[in-house]
Amino acid sequence: MSDPMLDIRNLHKSFGALKATDNVSLDLHPGEIHALIGPNGAGKSTLIQQIAGSLTSDSGSVHLSGRDITGLSNVARARAGLGRTFQISSLAMEYTVLQNALLGALGRDGGVMRFIKPVMGRGDLKDHAMQALEQVGLADLAAKRTADLSHGQRRQLEVAVALTLEPSVFLMDEPMAGLGASGSKRMTGFLDGLRAKAPILLVEHDMDAVFALADRISVLVYGQIIATGTADEIKSDPIVREAYLGEEAAV
Amino acid sequence: MIMARETLLNIILFALLPVTALIAWGLDEPYIITLATKAAILALAGVGLNIALGLGGLISFGHAAFFGIGGYAMGILASHAQSYAPIMEVPFLIEGTKSMPVIWLVATLTSALAALAIGALSLRTSGVYFIMITLAFGQMLYYFAISWPAYGGEDGLSIYLRNDFPGLNTLVPLTFFSICFAILAVVLWGTSRVARAPFGLALSASRQNAVRVETVGIAPYRIRLVAFVISGAVTGLAGALFADLNRFVSPTMFSWHTSGEIMIFVILGGVGRLYGPVAGAALFILLEHILGGLSDFWHIYLGILLLLVVLFARGGLIGTLVGREVAHE
Repeated sequence: MSDPMLDIRNLHKSFGALKATDNVSLDLHPGEIHALIGPNGAGKSTLIQQIAGSLTSDSGSVHLSGRDITGLSNVARARAGLGRTFQISSLAMEYTVLQNALLGALGRDGGVMRFIKPVMGRGDLKDHAMQALEQVGLADLAAKRTADLSHGQRRQLEVAVALTLEPSVFLMDEPMAGLGASGSKRMTGFLDGLRAKAPILLVEHDMDAVFALADRISVLVYGQIIATGTADEIKSDPIVREAYLGEEAAV
Repeated sequence: MIMARETLLNIILFALLPVTALIAWGLDEPYIITLATKAAILALAGVGLNIALGLGGLISFGHAAFFGIGGYAMGILASHAQSYAPIMEVPFLIEGTKSMPVIWLVATLTSALAALAIGALSLRTSGVYFIMITLAFGQMLYYFAISWPAYGGEDGLSIYLRNDFPGLNTLVPLTFFSICFAILAVVLWGTSRVARAPFGLALSASRQNAVRVETVGIAPYRIRLVAFVISGAVTGLAGALFADLNRFVSPTMFSWHTSGEIMIFVILGGVGRLYGPVAGAALFILLEHILGGLSDFWHIYLGILLLLVVLFARGGLIGTLVGREVAHE
């Protein structure tokens, strides 16, 4: 097996007596979609924040493409190649769609301390941003204000900004949330193609999408990974059924 | 369409001060020219603050610090030139100067350095703590200026003659107005460039959503610090011009009233609008002139106006006239 792109080893995080992340290890291989599922309050968001660097871990390590990024800030991790999307869209709402994508292109370019030439005159950045918008199907809305976008379009833009970074790993927190059936289907198709570019660690509640996409699934319950395996293995795992899927079915 | 209206309004605002000054010159009303000069200088201070406040969303309540440092840079350099006493002799000789360009350079650099130090500490906080810590720095300098006897302490420092600009007679009101207005024009042009440059894109994004900026691998702290330094430097330059206009510097330049007034220019005109401070400062001077003639307590009316703007016209004067801001093309 090839070396993992993202390698998380023995992560811990406690808030007082609560063990939000309890000895979590998981990895992500090239070309793979690895889904992380679990009931509400299982610690998925905490884990994502620890991986992205917006929350420091008590112990454990995170390696990206073989490089130890445990001590790096979220900004440095983004620069190191971690492309993150949020559960709740996090965009510059006053900006146009294109400006949000340009911001990503600028982050990738690194030349932010430039004061004279208009950013709109930077053909290279603009092309890069437009390419990302085209991939998610937002090119026609480039001039629209982000605040005027629909919820689903914001989710797409969020993914487009992550694309402009050309990350080595995607970290996606519920990209299907609130998309509706058809939107969810389109996003599923898109992510399916995206894994060829960079592997995706996918936190998702939409089980149809998870089973359709994931090469491997890890189940997180009370901060611990109770099972990792293929969709079929997870579906038939009695512990998982009891802890999560069964519970879900009962609801 | 909206874009065109804002452009038109900006042209009118830009022309307002020089047209007023020229008419006053034609009517031989030097006092009006002085008022226009004051408006241009205060607008410059506001343009400086607007870089931090409008573009960066950094609510600095301590910009009087930079205004005062600019003023004292002028006062100290000119007073030494006036008394022919060098500022220091060891380890090397520094003499005073009456040359405006040198004074501007010193005022800009010292206020930029102060903004770097104040910003580096203050920007570790946000929200109301940022407001309070910038206020605290401003007040620290205010009390320092009061208790520093070498340069007049509480009484301030008078400069008998306006400083020199090569080839111009700066004592002629219209000439000094032209100098101040030219600087304002250059800084407005520079600010519009910065706002549209990659730096401006990242700065304005940090105001809208800092997490978004971090996620694309840009550190908002650095962006904000650089913006704060530019902002402080511009307001410091305005301070030097203001001191030259009055030929007087006093600790009042450092007081929180001054910080508040600079903020009022920005809010009256329209936060984040390039020409907002120009509109705000012009309106402020106009009100001060008209209402101040009617009553010593004209600030009451200013307060009511400010209240109305904040409650009903968030975009300030410019926002009310042209509507919602359009994202730049």
